[in-house]
Amino acid sequence: MRIVVDFDLCESNAVCMQIAPDIFEVRDDDFLYILNETPGEADRARVEECVQRCPKQAISIAED
Amino acid sequence: MTSTPRAVTIVGASLAGLNAAEALRRDGFEGPITLIGAEEHPPYDRPPLSKQVLAGDWEPDRAALTDTEELQEDEIEARFGLRATGLDLNARELTLHTGETVGFDGLVIATGARCRTMGGTEGLSGVHVLRSLDDCLALRADLEAAPQRVVVVGAGFIGAEVAATARGRGLEVTVVEALPTPLSRVLGDEMGQVCADVHRDHGVDLRTGVGVDRIEGDRRVERVVLSDGAVVDADVVVVGIGVIPNTEWLDGSGVEVDDGVICDASCLVADRVTAAGDVARWPNQLFGETMRVEHWDNAAAQGAHAARRLLDAGVGPFTPVPWFWSDQYDRKIQLAGRVRPDDEVRVVNGSVDERRFAAIYGRAGKITGVLGFNRPRHVMRYRALIEHGASFDEALAAEF
Repeated sequence: MRIVVDFDLCESNAVCMQIAPDIFEVRDDDFLYILNETPGEADRARVEECVQRCPKQAISIAED
Repeated sequence: MTSTPRAVTIVGASLAGLNAAEALRRDGFEGPITLIGAEEHPPYDRPPLSKQVLAGDWEPDRAALTDTEELQEDEIEARFGLRATGLDLNARELTLHTGETVGFDGLVIATGARCRTMGGTEGLSGVHVLRSLDDCLALRADLEAAPQRVVVVGAGFIGAEVAATARGRGLEVTVVEALPTPLSRVLGDEMGQVCADVHRDHGVDLRTGVGVDRIEGDRRVERVVLSDGAVVDADVVVVGIGVIPNTEWLDGSGVEVDDGVICDASCLVADRVTAAGDVARWPNQLFGETMRVEHWDNAAAQGAHAARRLLDAGVGPFTPVPWFWSDQYDRKIQLAGRVRPDDEVRVVNGSVDERRFAAIYGRAGKITGVLGFNRPRHVMRYRALIEHGASFDEALAAEF
């Protein structure tokens, strides 16, 4: 599983960061950083929650 | 006794309704799902309507949340352009504005809210509210016609965003707010003043502590007369004075309504009936108070919760920390929690003067909320503390 963020859509609302702070971080420059682009299967449920809860639908999961 | 429905009908096809339908399919519900919406458009996202779409940066189709193909793939029967006008819980039937009756088994009520309007402006063109895509496109057309001045009535979040977008188009903007300080009933005086300053910094003519007496014009709006007698010439007026939940169709149905559809803590309204989104009022046990929340995040999460509750009586109470964002000019304002204007407010990060800061609210020794100006990381960290019932001292001592 690889996390893909469409940075043209991302508005740095940081919803993903609240759900998975070890994977997503919005820093003081207002940009989102992906701390772990390829989390393990144990994190799938949380990443899927991030995908669903993102207000801009900017996050997706690539299976490769 | 509540049984499990074999089919689910959702009334209201905006964010809450669509999330209800999608959550059912994600959870493996295989029965029929019918999504009934009053508007002709497939579900779309509202936040861009006061920002990117109104600014002309986006065409409306970018705000779409789904399309008919996706709905078909998910086997969600979409019926748009149909407004529910009645509910019979005993017969388990809806009535639509066409006179058609539609039977249902499980039901999610997600009919949302509509804008309050000002009386006496019917038939006067150039006077707008902003809620729907059609509202947005009508207002956008008026803004594109290079008006001399836009008057925004109400400095709440919608009014503030419209003002910011109109300023971004280079238009002259007057905002009229009845309260002495904008948003003071939400954020308190100190933080409301910061919001006022942001508008003035961007060249908005902000009039506070004054109401609107009347809106005048001959067929088209020409001026707004304020309660202090001042007259503001206007080509376009946008009224942003709050919303009213759409519950009239439930009159006589036995569903209890009191500024929203009354739900239990799990969003259940009656046997195999739940409610979600702007129309739902429920006791949020995390805060020990009954609330109706008009935020994007709530509609999405409550829609899913209400749908799951229909299928599984074991689904517990809905206990979110309310949260929303508002983008104005180059600022992202976010508020999480349940604050009152007389809560204690402390700036915990950044600088109010630079409009980049986080402030937390406290009452009775507990953190009640967090306000951020371009501080999304801090808002989410403090939001987690609110969720965990942290004390105000604990929150003040936290470092993020």
